[in-house]
Amino acid sequence: MQVTVEELAPVARFSLRVRDKGVAAVGKALGLTLPGRIGERADRGDLTALCLGPDEWVLTAPEDARDRIAADLAAIYARAPHSLTDISDREISLRIAGPAAATLLSIGCPRDLDRLEPGRGVRTLFDSATVVLWRDGPEAFRMDVWRSFVPHVRPLLEIGQEELAAGL
Amino acid sequence: MLLIHCPYCDETLPEAEFAYAGEAHIARPADPMATSDEEWRDFLFIRTNAKGPHYERWRHVHGCGRFFNAIRDTVSDRFLMTYKAGEARPALPAKEGAE
Ligand SMILES: [Zn+2]
Repeated sequence: MQVTVEELAPVARFSLRVRDKGVAAVGKALGLTLPGRIGERADRGDLTALCLGPDEWVLTAPEDARDRIAADLAAIYARAPHSLTDISDREISLRIAGPAAATLLSIGCPRDLDRLEPGRGVRTLFDSATVVLWRDGPEAFRMDVWRSFVPHVRPLLEIGQEELAAGL
Repeated sequence: MLLIHCPYCDETLPEAEFAYAGEAHIARPADPMATSDEEWRDFLFIRTNAKGPHYERWRHVHGCGRFFNAIRDTVSDRFLMTYKAGEARPALPAKEGAE
């Protein structure tokens, strides 16, 4: 099998919007520096922050860290106004891994995936569905797909897998 | 497929991630009640319909989500430049395709 697709266990996921002076304060409360360049990520232990837009990040962490993250940021809200929205249930994460992972993704993603370096992640498109695509390693991708799009995206990946296995 | 440079992502990316959003640099009248019917009609509907370089808005909707402006040649479909929303309307680049 050149490429595998598996559904990952749920994680805590937040959409974070903050700008100007608030960026440093929120980063400090989270214990990391929020990356300033779109597509870059920062990690502290199990906590990850990925920059999706000029004032937008997605945070992921284990489910049992959810309440603590929300409480830590609520504590600084008065001096660092921001928006923190729990979007944990909005998306399902698929792991796409193997030597043919990028080839499989190219059936639905218009990006030049060779230019998405390992360690980065971006919001992009997979066959008309908006997704967040992480490159966790040279041959390992993670795709966060909105729940209602999964019945469209998953079968498409399976068809692609069969075509690749058949040598098409 | 067109390749479009997003000034926020600072990357040149496929058109499928973007949405066209009409002519750029059209300011909404500050006091709509003070405008005549003709002025309001012009604001809503009348556009330059340029043949050649056209200042227009795009949105990186399946990406960073930002609106930005572009100059695109409506004859060749070539993008001459893109720039962030809120920046002053730039002069035309000296050479076509000099981005
Ligand atoms: Zn962008």
